[in-house]
Amino acid sequence: MLAMNYRGPKRVRIDEKPMPEIKHPQDAIVRVTRSCICGSDLHLYNGNVPDTRVGSTFGHEFTGIVEEIGSEVTKLKVGDHVLVPFNISCGQCAFCKQELYGNCHESNPEATAVGAIYGYSHTAGGYNGGQAEYVRVPYANVGPTVIPEGMDPDDAVLLTDVVPTGYQAAEMAGIQKGDTVLIFGAGPIGIMAAKCSWLFGAGRVIVLDKEEYRLEFARNYADCEAYNFEEMDDPVLWAKKQTDWMGADVCIDAVGAEAAGNVMQTITGRKLLLQAGSATALHWAINSVKKGGIISIVGVYGPTDNLVPIGNVLNKGLTIRANQASVKRLLPRLIEHVQNGVLNPKGLITHRIPLEEVADGYRMFSGKLDNCIKTVLIPPSARM
Amino acid sequence: MENTPEKFKHIKGWGIDADPKNDPTYPMKRRTNEEHKGYSWQRPTQQPIDIEVLHSNERPNVTAVFGESVPPSGLSGMIRRFAFKHSENSYLHWLPLLLADRVNVVEGIVEDFAHGKVPNIFEEKGYVAEWKYNRTSLLTKMAVVAAITAAGVMLLARKNEDDD
Repeated sequence: MLAMNYRGPKRVRIDEKPMPEIKHPQDAIVRVTRSCICGSDLHLYNGNVPDTRVGSTFGHEFTGIVEEIGSEVTKLKVGDHVLVPFNISCGQCAFCKQELYGNCHESNPEATAVGAIYGYSHTAGGYNGGQAEYVRVPYANVGPTVIPEGMDPDDAVLLTDVVPTGYQAAEMAGIQKGDTVLIFGAGPIGIMAAKCSWLFGAGRVIVLDKEEYRLEFARNYADCEAYNFEEMDDPVLWAKKQTDWMGADVCIDAVGAEAAGNVMQTITGRKLLLQAGSATALHWAINSVKKGGIISIVGVYGPTDNLVPIGNVLNKGLTIRANQASVKRLLPRLIEHVQNGVLNPKGLITHRIPLEEVADGYRMFSGKLDNCIKTVLIPPSARM
Repeated sequence: MENTPEKFKHIKGWGIDADPKNDPTYPMKRRTNEEHKGYSWQRPTQQPIDIEVLHSNERPNVTAVFGESVPPSGLSGMIRRFAFKHSENSYLHWLPLLLADRVNVVEGIVEDFAHGKVPNIFEEKGYVAEWKYNRTSLLTKMAVVAAITAAGVMLLARKNEDDD
């Protein structure tokens, strides 16, 4: 089968790889119909996630048709078209039972701090991902969800990560009616977080980024304010002035380790890897939020350390909430939102390209070429 | 053991102000305190461990399922085995893993050649898209690299002449 093959930092290609096999009675084999390149894939692509082994296949956002099931799979049948949450969860451990499906304790042997994620290095369990024609899906009774009749597969594939992560970013922010929400990052997650902030009653939603085309996209898609931080002397000071010198009620870090905007953070975090990525967005979030405010982190950082003003967290009495999205917990509500037209996930997709052009897809997304917001890869069998 | 008042009856005032609803993880977690029972849940069937799986030393075992994409091998595998002797709390875990990843890149190139495949770096780096959408920048980068290389060659040539 064809599959994306990681060869080293900023080097990927399409290759023939062996077909996946059932390894566990609760496994399913899924023939991929859609897969996406996610912003967090860029951390892998850039070689910033420890234990990213050459030969791995990335891709944690995908839909597909069930081709084969293990002997203990009871909730799916061959032929079902499913969307597959990016977290792999057993449904039986103490954490899954409390709906922390992103923190399963029975799916990632390599790290206790990280749940298992498809195609996201051995630090996230060593699973092959969905940027391929076929993929092994463990715990098929728990995660995969049959795509409701009539739902566009392009909407479905974004329900595997982008929509739940953006929604949970807003949910964790504890937004109260009338709150000012300041979101760092106008990538797909930041834009979706902006859209979802309104669902929780935000009074004002502001997005900061440095890419004009993304800011314009955010304004149109999420009905929010969007500003270029490169045109500001100091984004934190700007935020204070925008909020009558109080600071935003809540801040959302939707950037993570690839943040631009601070030379010291960029050099130490992205170039020299002396910290687990550049923490510029989180730094600004801590300093831009009001006293007693809430910070919601969905931007992904590496497993080591980051330089952030933790003293200000104490002195301002901040609450920080963060997690990988618990996709399974959120899916029923989010499917409703899509079916009722409250959310329009596929509106984020700007590029649909053949799986075979995966290297170009990564380059376009990482270089922000051709006004790229979200890229979907379509395998040959799904193009027939 | 359950966290009951009986267990803590020797501590005056234990739990009198406890408020289960005051949970900073809300709304992510439906608190049932399952983890207070320890690692005691009924585990899923164990996936047969028929390849080498490195597991964190912060857990006692391999998880019930695991990925089998790229088992450790070669020099990078040796470095990874060393890394997994140290906990996730230690730089001796993460820094060797980053080193192993870089070593693994070289192993990957050697592996390609061993299989008679010459890596197409231009395609792998997505320069086809760069050429299509960002040609000026790509040409600038290529010109800079060419200029630096030429300067380096000239310097070396001059040094060799001086040595002669």
